[in-house]
Amino acid sequence: MATSALDQQRAHAAAGHAEPTGLWSWLTTVDHKRIGILYGSTAFLFFLIGGIEALLLRIQLGSPNNTFLSPETYNQLFTMHGTTMIFLAIMPLSAMFFNFMIPLQIGARDVAFPRLNAFSYWVFLLGGLFLNSSFLFGAAPDQGWYGYANLTSRQYSPGMNVDFWMLGLQILGIASLAAAVNFFVTILNLRAPGMKLMRMPMFTWMSFITQVLLLLAFPVITVALILLMFDRFFGTHFFVPAGGGDPLLWQHMFWIFGHPEVYILVLPGFGIVSEVLPVFSRKPLFGYAAMVFSGAFIAFLGFGVWSHHMFTTGMGPIADTFFSLTTMLIAVPTGVKIFNWLGTIWGGSIQYRVPMYFALGFIAMFIIGGLSGVMHSSPPADLQQNDSYFIVAHFHYVLFGGSIFALTAGGYYWWPKMFGRMLDETLGKVHFWLMLIGFNLTFFPMHILGLNGMPRRVYTYPEGLGFETLNRLETVGSLILALSFLVFLINIIKTWRGPRNAPADPWNGATLEWSIPSPPQEWNFAEVPVVHGRDPLWEAKRERGGPVPEPPRVSGQGIHLPNPSYWPLVAALGVAGVMVGVLAEPKVGPWGIMAGGLILFIGVFNWAFEPAG
Amino acid sequence: MHLRTDALRQLRRWLPVLAVLAAACSPDHYAQTALRPISDFARIGDDIQTQTFYWALGVFVLVEGALLYAIFRFRGKPDDPEPQQVHGNTTIEIVWTVIPALILAAIAVPTVRGIFATSAIPAGDALKVEVVGHQWWWEFRYPDLGITTANEIHIPVGQTVSLRMGTADVVHSFWPPRFAGKRDVFPNRETRVWFKAEQAGEYPGQCAEFCGIQHGRMAFRVRAQTADEFQTWVAHMQTLGARPAAAAPPADSVRTATAGAVVPAQGKQDAAQRATGKDSSATTPAAPPVDPAYAAGEKLFQAKGCVGCHSLNAVNAPKGMIGPNLANVGARSYIGAGSFKNTDETLARWIQNPQAMKKGVLMPNLGVTPEEARSLVAFLRAHQ
Repeated sequence: MATSALDQQRAHAAAGHAEPTGLWSWLTTVDHKRIGILYGSTAFLFFLIGGIEALLLRIQLGSPNNTFLSPETYNQLFTMHGTTMIFLAIMPLSAMFFNFMIPLQIGARDVAFPRLNAFSYWVFLLGGLFLNSSFLFGAAPDQGWYGYANLTSRQYSPGMNVDFWMLGLQILGIASLAAAVNFFVTILNLRAPGMKLMRMPMFTWMSFITQVLLLLAFPVITVALILLMFDRFFGTHFFVPAGGGDPLLWQHMFWIFGHPEVYILVLPGFGIVSEVLPVFSRKPLFGYAAMVFSGAFIAFLGFGVWSHHMFTTGMGPIADTFFSLTTMLIAVPTGVKIFNWLGTIWGGSIQYRVPMYFALGFIAMFIIGGLSGVMHSSPPADLQQNDSYFIVAHFHYVLFGGSIFALTAGGYYWWPKMFGRMLDETLGKVHFWLMLIGFNLTFFPMHILGLNGMPRRVYTYPEGLGFETLNRLETVGSLILALSFLVFLINIIKTWRGPRNAPADPWNGATLEWSIPSPPQEWNFAEVPVVHGRDPLWEAKRERGGPVPEPPRVSGQGIHLPNPSYWPLVAALGVAGVMVGVLAEPKVGPWGIMAGGLILFIGVFNWAFEPAG
Repeated sequence: MHLRTDALRQLRRWLPVLAVLAAACSPDHYAQTALRPISDFARIGDDIQTQTFYWALGVFVLVEGALLYAIFRFRGKPDDPEPQQVHGNTTIEIVWTVIPALILAAIAVPTVRGIFATSAIPAGDALKVEVVGHQWWWEFRYPDLGITTANEIHIPVGQTVSLRMGTADVVHSFWPPRFAGKRDVFPNRETRVWFKAEQAGEYPGQCAEFCGIQHGRMAFRVRAQTADEFQTWVAHMQTLGARPAAAAPPADSVRTATAGAVVPAQGKQDAAQRATGKDSSATTPAAPPVDPAYAAGEKLFQAKGCVGCHSLNAVNAPKGMIGPNLANVGARSYIGAGSFKNTDETLARWIQNPQAMKKGVLMPNLGVTPEEARSLVAFLRAHQ
């Protein structure tokens, strides 16, 4: 039966009929747009879960000596909040836009390796489920998202909590690496004729740099996690001091991954904002080349600043000086970006639509995160700031004020392209104002608390240290923040029920994705476009002296598309099976590993010998 | 007019809230603040932080101001003509690359100076203190003075203290914000920090590196004392050992604790005296116990196995104990590692059910009855 359904779809694809629908079509899809939607919806669910975790943390901290959460629950929730937001929300939300938009922006019909793309998604989904299944066993990771040794050793963390985290991140790493290879190759090889590197849209550029970061940073954490796995399962002592290991080694390895990871989280957001600002200012991006090179420079420097997370370890003055200066240096290209965004809107004719609200909100908030970042580039000052709520404030201004504001801007901006429906403007603006107010109420007071002595990752605080008032205020802020996303959800549901009313080019866009119908047809471009400049659609409109006509929906006859396939899903299940086996009891574990390995082998074997299209 | 009075009425209603919020923004509102440094070391970082903050504030005002200006000034309508298509401007781009670089250079100079100043080894007659992090309490050993205490570090004002730090288990971070920034402690790796306190008083501090379930209750107190007070305290602590130092077995091998140099009957009185700031006569040699509760407590301390984890000796205190040294527990202001006020009531609660107060703490519930707890409190309270 399965085969017949698949055959039907292939027949559909070949005949250029209406797109196949139904669960099976989603399980076997290799269409980058559908995979993008899968990434986005999954990541948004995880984002909501991470948000609920944050709300619980905030309720616990709303009053001193609170017993709303037990200490172990609190520790599990803050670990899972961080891990979820980084690996299961922001990264895959970016991946949603990589998937959906990069091929459209460069004028391609799909990514370079469509089935590898499907594999990445399924592995990501299973990795996320694997991590969160730990809650069912009452053994959610509880050692912090950064998992510092030697707390993670078997001696001090005997439970399965750390195992879930360590193996879950390994699974997610496989997904990230596979996707990174895919987009790296896609961007280099599948650009439409005339789409030179220096004509690529800025979102594609920043995504490209992100893939390079992923390719270089993830192997480091993979190795670190393997060493940790050996320590925990096989009694080695890489990070165990009793056997001559060194916990500090973990910190170095983790942050060599961890700092580039910050840019992995925020560079796609830079790219999105660099798309939104020109379109709604009706003016090209200011200093295109400077934007490209500052992004690349940030990424390059990102590998030379990791120890600024470790000033309190007492590395000595030479190392402190080096990492302090490189960290300060990174503020220069970041500043260039902010000034260029200002230059973009300066003198423009700003159209206040919802994506622009969020993009401007991004600039305003990211400036604060950047400036507090400069404040802790100075080690003598950072000794006080590190591991205090000042840091929590800083990175939420960067990752929420930065990444999430930008991703939300991207969500409103590209929603009509992805779903063929316009999100409601009024609800969007309500969403924005609630989010801006809630965000600042939640996170701004953390600056004050941190500098006044409140450490991070404490499940409660005593009375008498003065922390009560602002913590209460933050908890109120977090509820407003939650409310803002409720408004967003309502907007989504309302739009979902409404008509497919989006034109191909609702915002007077500049880039290729706005030249094709909303939502795009399976093959994206009926005819592969030829590119003559940086803002191809604006140029086309200028040539015509007015808007271009709505592109027709075509039959797609004769357009070659890759076949749908369920083998990527099978292979992904094999990967997850292996990890479940590693985690399981010694009695059944090896059988699980073998079964998972076998499924993986069958999946990859059949994938290899299945005709691609 | 109505509007105005309404607004005023609203303002009056919100005034108390605003006052509370304003107070919450002042460092003086916070006992553990890093913004009121009272040591040379803390001032180095604070000076740099203040400078950096003002640079950041200036940049913030200018850039956010420019952003807001642009947002209002360049508001457009959909049917407005297309604005001038500017692609960039090399001069201005160079300017806004160079200016931030110069500002950063201005921050870098004091930073590098500060790095070397804070990394320097303190010269002269620094008082050495060994800090050992434990899950979830702090041990303080004074190698030159031969005494050990826990969770309350006593330091003299006006003399540099040099802390050499390590951990008995996992990574922690020692953070006395008024005196110094954080310094992490590692197994098999000594880290150091030093500072000279400028002001006497009792100040809170806390572990700043997540270290397991009770990281949130791994605090400590810094008791900065005048030189005289500190000397008196040291002299007193040096009497808190069962045997003369010479006769004592090597510190590492001592696994049992022995109560010594206590003033059982006067314990409570001493506590009262201490509370009023007067030094007690605790240094007088041990007198035979007259308080039956004290005697019962002493027996229970053995019988309940307390001695397995806690030493009562400040002198020649054994290393590697699982629980904090209790030689002067009666005089400490907090128990449970800076977590709960050290009253007879909380101490009794703690002894009976530490897991209820600090879940996951390594001290198990030992099935102590309320009656037994009273005796143990009497015994411990006498350890001033």
